[in-house]
Amino acid sequence: MSHLLTGVPASPGIAIAKAYRLDMDESIPPRKEIEDRAAEIQRLKEAVESAKADIDRIRIQTLERLGSQKAEIFEAHLFLLDDPELTDAALARIESEGVCAEFALYEVAAAIMDALRSMDNEMLRERAADVEDITRRVISKLEGREHHALSELSNEAILFAKDLTPSDTAQLNMDYVRGFVTEIGSHTSHSAIMARSLELAAVVGAGTDASHIRTGDTVILDATSGKIIVNPSPNQMEDYSERKRKYEEDVSRMKSYIDRPSLTADGVQVELAGNIGGIDDLEKVLANGADGIGLFRTEFLYMGRSTFPSEEEQYSVYKHVLEKMNGKRVVIRTLDIGGDKELSYMQLPQEMNPFLGLRAIRLCLDREELFRTQLRALLRASAHGKLGIMFPMISILSELREAKRILDEERVRLVQQGVVVSSEFEIGIMIETPAAALAADLLAQEVDFFSIGTNDLIQYTMAADRMNESVSYLYQPHHPVILRIIQLVIQAADRHGKWVGMCGEMAGDASAIPLLLGFGLHEFSMSASSVLPARELLSRLSRQEWSRLAVQTLNMSSQSEVLDFVNDQLRSEAKL
Amino acid sequence: MISQIFTVIHPQGFHARPSKSFAEKAHSFPCQVTLYKGDKQANGKSPLGLLTLGISAGDEIRLEVDGEQEGQAFQELGRMLTQIYEE
Repeated sequence: MSHLLTGVPASPGIAIAKAYRLDMDESIPPRKEIEDRAAEIQRLKEAVESAKADIDRIRIQTLERLGSQKAEIFEAHLFLLDDPELTDAALARIESEGVCAEFALYEVAAAIMDALRSMDNEMLRERAADVEDITRRVISKLEGREHHALSELSNEAILFAKDLTPSDTAQLNMDYVRGFVTEIGSHTSHSAIMARSLELAAVVGAGTDASHIRTGDTVILDATSGKIIVNPSPNQMEDYSERKRKYEEDVSRMKSYIDRPSLTADGVQVELAGNIGGIDDLEKVLANGADGIGLFRTEFLYMGRSTFPSEEEQYSVYKHVLEKMNGKRVVIRTLDIGGDKELSYMQLPQEMNPFLGLRAIRLCLDREELFRTQLRALLRASAHGKLGIMFPMISILSELREAKRILDEERVRLVQQGVVVSSEFEIGIMIETPAAALAADLLAQEVDFFSIGTNDLIQYTMAADRMNESVSYLYQPHHPVILRIIQLVIQAADRHGKWVGMCGEMAGDASAIPLLLGFGLHEFSMSASSVLPARELLSRLSRQEWSRLAVQTLNMSSQSEVLDFVNDQLRSEAKL
Repeated sequence: MISQIFTVIHPQGFHARPSKSFAEKAHSFPCQVTLYKGDKQANGKSPLGLLTLGISAGDEIRLEVDGEQEGQAFQELGRMLTQIYEE
């Protein structure tokens, strides 16, 4: 009988193979009294040296296979073995208590692991695995055993383990290992991170149920959804063989778009950018070959803390992102807080209608010092890449002028102090209110770019909160009313030679992209995972054709009519 | 003795690698290096000490250096507390 387990998808992929169990040594070394303390101290020192030699070998292997960043984990392991809190503390226990080396080291390490496992921060909790890894290795040496060898694997297999240590994962034989499943662990475990760099299917945190799977059981591992099917039926085997083939085909097709320019079928180049909420999202943006960052939300810098972030802190973050993007454009949005997004350390008045209240640029113009700190950090960072500074929630021209006046005052002040500020950075605004959309021709004369924030623009245009179930039916991105506004904004900007981007969810939506392209949108900013599918879609679309088709949707009567029209067109194009 | 509070911004906090880099740097100075988070303290020259302090992004950490070359140690270690590390 087949049965199903689920866990956390840690690294995508589909694998079908026999299971191979890797049992961890979980024994606790017994306390033994020893006579010759000096000899025992010497024994521990030798075991530590021998373990270090092994780790160094793994470090070199990892360096060759996975690069210097991953190899650094093992440099850290070597360093941990020299840590005064570990080896020295164990040596001191042998000296003072006359216990055997295995027990002394285990006791010291266990206390450290307990302390780490009690941490709130998941990344730090995971580090207990580093201490465990090195401790087990030294104990194996003391006991004269080999640290278990994954090298004995000689058939294709999916590994099952309670957890995989960093050294296990780094030494996986990629000729045979098709994937792995662990009982514990999370998305940020070393093993999960390594699996993603190795592009190996992996599910972590599958729980103790996974411990019943034996070496030799046939297993389907669907790490795209976190499913593990044990002893599958012939139907399931057939189904998943097909899914696996399809998945691998899709992945390799998408991959072929990573380094390609974002070109339409008729050779028009647009920009497909990523949205990020923090530094953590950068890796995905880069891995998906985005042309830039169209929206960097800076709120994360201000949240989950007790004081405002300093200019220096913000500067390091902005500089880091600009440098990482290596000359590609990064649009950073100034603080968009207030209304429903509160900061615990900032006193804000209670409002009847937070969405119509003191938020985003309104709040920044009200609390100027807060705004100036962020602007100084941005101006200083401008020297490190291609920066766009974007103001959110502009409704009227005077708000834009005021924001620009403050920005320029800070710029002049910095330049006078001898600070390098780029002369190339761009200034733009979000188009999120109907007022800004209707005045787009006036606003366009005083900015370098617009970015249409569809999530808010739709809510304000329809006067409907999309979280309110009774009225969420009005949240219709493809409604001709919304399309008219979008077209109006792009045309106004075009007349003044300014570019227009979009950073709402709509920009990555496959049934909206053809219309947006047709209206002449220049930049589409979306979640990183949408970039490659969007680039593929784009390569099949003709802008000339869609500018003709898109106009026709403006006079349709409903969203569903627009969607049917777009999907019919896409289907008939696919057939040609 | 010099002492000042810094806010950590590295998104993943101080796990193995940042702790190692910090402790290595601390080790290169003859002065005492101590870090405080709330009422907990750790030897700045021990990566495990730093790990068990549990430093997360946004945490306010007091750096205290005491002894020979404390000025230079303070400069360099203070910068390391507020830097972003490659992942």
